[in-house]
Amino acid sequence: MKPASLFDLWVYLAASPLLWLTVTIGIYLIALQLARLSRFNPLVNPVLIAILAVAALLITTHTDYRVYFAGAQFVHFLLGPATVALGVPLYRNRALVRRAALPIAASLLAGAPTAMLSAVWLARWFGAPHDLTLALAPKSVTAGIAMGIASQIGADPTLTAVFVITTGIIGAVAVTPLMNALKIKDFAARGFAAGLASHGIGTARAFQVNDVAGAFAGLAMALNGLLSALLAPLVAQLLR
Amino acid sequence: MLPGLFILLACQLVGETIVRALGLPIPGPVLGIILLVSLLALRQRMTGNDSASDTTNIGQAADGLLRYLGLLFVPAGVGIVQSFGLVAANGAALIGALVLSTLLTLIITVAVFRLVARRSKS
Repeated sequence: MKPASLFDLWVYLAASPLLWLTVTIGIYLIALQLARLSRFNPLVNPVLIAILAVAALLITTHTDYRVYFAGAQFVHFLLGPATVALGVPLYRNRALVRRAALPIAASLLAGAPTAMLSAVWLARWFGAPHDLTLALAPKSVTAGIAMGIASQIGADPTLTAVFVITTGIIGAVAVTPLMNALKIKDFAARGFAAGLASHGIGTARAFQVNDVAGAFAGLAMALNGLLSALLAPLVAQLLR
Repeated sequence: MLPGLFILLACQLVGETIVRALGLPIPGPVLGIILLVSLLALRQRMTGNDSASDTTNIGQAADGLLRYLGLLFVPAGVGIVQSFGLVAANGAALIGALVLSTLLTLIITVAVFRLVARRSKS
């Protein structure tokens, strides 16, 4: 076989799913290393860094998102089974749920609609257009479920993915100073709020602060995913 | 780990199928979570084993997927390149809404949790 020119090589690679799958995993590993170097500062979020880096790469190489997704879909596909896997930590924490069933149920019923409705109403009040603001509704829900909710209520799932990650970072940065300012010392309550408002990223933050907070955060993330999915058709009607 | 991955996929498959067949307004994986938790509870009741512990097939498959959960969001998030202009043009409104709504959600959730916890103790 005669050696291909650099241009031919690029033509082959750019169209092959292998390239963008490898790039996605490679860039994520680098982003993870950066987060480790910052000692997991919530502002240095590996997901956000990886998204921005891959997006910049696509723009500079003039690569269409559909071409990119043909490779990255293999990673994307795992979101489904990973969402189902949330049932495992939920089941492991069943003793915690039983012990604090009442406060969990009440704060979940208050927090889930607050998270969905306030984001959309605030953004509309600030003048953002409707097709954009609907994608904000599931912003506090973990991405796998949030994107499912987005397509169900007629919003753009990729926009939702970006809002979800941004919300996670905001929650992870804000939760500790806010709870200290409110003088809340109950780590179960603090963790539950962090997981409900800012899903997996808030949960990772809660685990850094306190193990009980982390367990309650993970619980809140899973329960909020379930409840928000059930509330979504109702919320969509309210927001029409 | 492979039998565990099979269980997770099977729960999702059954979830997606039921959701579509009955026209339920929830995402398939959400029903998958409910199926998985019921399955874990059922197996524990029947065999006495906790299939969710981190030494079992299901536990290992779930922990493996959840360890790199962040990576799985990247392909969807990169979709921002398709609507970057629209988002950037409304950047201030969107960030403002996200920050205020997240703070509000944190405050309301923690306040209700504490209020009910104190009530149910006394």
